[in-house]
Amino acid sequence: MSPHRKARTYKALWNRISYHGVGIGTAFFFLAPFLVGVMASFRSNSESGRPPLPPWPTTGFSIDAYRTLDGFGSGIWQHTVNSLIVSLGTVVLTVIVSVLAGYGFSRYRFPLKNVLFVLIIATLMIPFQSILTPLFIILAKLGLNNSLFGLTLIYVTLQLPFSVFMMRNAFDAVPKEIEEAARIDGARDLRLLVRVLLPLVMPGVATVSIFAFLNAWNEFLAALVLLSSNENYTLPVLMTAVRAGRLGAINWGAVQAGVTVMVVPCLFVFLLLQRYYMRGLMAGAVK
Amino acid sequence: MTMPVIASKPRDQRRRRRKTGWSGLLYIAPAMALVTMFFVIPVLFTVWMSLHRWPLLGSPSWIGLRNYTRIFADARFFTALGFTAHYTVIVTIAIFAVAFPLALFVEKPRPLVSTYRTIIFLPVVVGLASASLLWVWLGNVDSGLFSPLFEMLGLTQGRLNLFATFDTAFLTIIVMVVWKIAGFTMVILLTGLQAIPAELTEAARIDGARRWQRFRHLTLPLMRKTLALALILSITGSILAFDQFYIMTSGGPQNRMISVVYYIFNQSFVSFNLGYGAALSIALLAILVVISIVQLWLLKVGEEPR
Repeated sequence: MSPHRKARTYKALWNRISYHGVGIGTAFFFLAPFLVGVMASFRSNSESGRPPLPPWPTTGFSIDAYRTLDGFGSGIWQHTVNSLIVSLGTVVLTVIVSVLAGYGFSRYRFPLKNVLFVLIIATLMIPFQSILTPLFIILAKLGLNNSLFGLTLIYVTLQLPFSVFMMRNAFDAVPKEIEEAARIDGARDLRLLVRVLLPLVMPGVATVSIFAFLNAWNEFLAALVLLSSNENYTLPVLMTAVRAGRLGAINWGAVQAGVTVMVVPCLFVFLLLQRYYMRGLMAGAVK
Repeated sequence: MTMPVIASKPRDQRRRRRKTGWSGLLYIAPAMALVTMFFVIPVLFTVWMSLHRWPLLGSPSWIGLRNYTRIFADARFFTALGFTAHYTVIVTIAIFAVAFPLALFVEKPRPLVSTYRTIIFLPVVVGLASASLLWVWLGNVDSGLFSPLFEMLGLTQGRLNLFATFDTAFLTIIVMVVWKIAGFTMVILLTGLQAIPAELTEAARIDGARRWQRFRHLTLPLMRKTLALALILSITGSILAFDQFYIMTSGGPQNRMISVVYYIFNQSFVSFNLGYGAALSIALLAILVVISIVQLWLLKVGEEPR
């Protein structure tokens, strides 16, 4: 091997080492808070108040922290179920409403079509934080104050600009010929939409669903304002009670357990459906 | 703008199947009903409320523009506005300072690069509320990670209570938000980087442009649109910040961490001055609209020379 080539191999090796060194260091910074939190949540009561050095349980694996967390509000199951009802409800309603609207905007012509489409997209310009007060009053007038269903409807509305845009594009990408053929075979309207077209826009549905789920699962301010009774709290609102502590003492074990319960589903859903998430992000970003 | 326009123009001009009339409205009716009920009406209602004294109980009374004149005499609102502006500037700079190098780092296809990308992106998908809770524990003086770790490493004498003073609490929140958001900004910037034709950079390299020169005179100008987008998203997001201040510091040492949304929340749902809260919301909205217009204008002005 000539000295020149040798130098080059060294340089390539050095490049690789420094690249992975930086990569691993960065990955550690972004991953460590999760790992520390999840590991620490399995420490016993006697340990949970101490600093996480080391973060893993040293006196044996324990679910004490989760038991303590269960003592807050109406129990952790109730609040997890509340969060699930709201999130899955948001997913189902968002998909139904945005598939219908996407199909309508893609395939039909009607008066004011473009105005209405722009109106839906334009809602993105106004942050919902600035209309919380009237939402609070309107829900009360509808008899939906302090109801998970009312909160779900708000979340669905917040998802609509993105979802309708995604679904219209998805239907635009389906060739008209498929519809023609299905029509000749006698499929009409909703049956045509559900049986023939829906399978073809499934990637769009997946993208819409994952965003609806994550946003509804994670939303805090609207839930804090609109839910007033204890048994209806979603997880983030419950956690404010845990964060506030009892008699001035905060049980950090319960905080770690709560964070784990809130974070793990998000990470799981994201890792499972990453492809669809990124597609949605790109479509939303380039818009 | 760069969305692939797949909307196929109808090839046959007969358009026998192109349905006109009202049936299309049926399909969009549910979406329109929701948007009207929970968006259009609330926006108009906010304006209406802002012209009233509107207590939680009892009937509202018309007071004209007095809620708005009250804003100008409200020192605490301007403090909140100032704090929000301060936070927005600092956090946006911090996010970009981290996200841009990260985007450059994960740009080229190399072994494990997609794994690094995914890990950096992970905090983006969890809620800001969850992230705030996690970090308020990590930052706690007795039971958290940072203070004991700093003490152990000999960086501080004794334990430093991060949430006791404004500066350290602010810094902790900034680090948390960077950890949470940098992955998102990185991905946005990455799309811009990858849209730059490889031949261009190659040509500049052959012409003898150094790495920094290529970055400054080629990469940055070509990424103008992406940068503007990332900037707009970061600024609007930061102006609306609430969760981190509410959960991590409850408004912070000496109430110095009340953001605008936090202040509106306090006025509307703690003091129950619903009318005044609505007027403040309109003011916030006006500020956001002005900022968007300025940003779009800056973006346009920048485009002309090319």
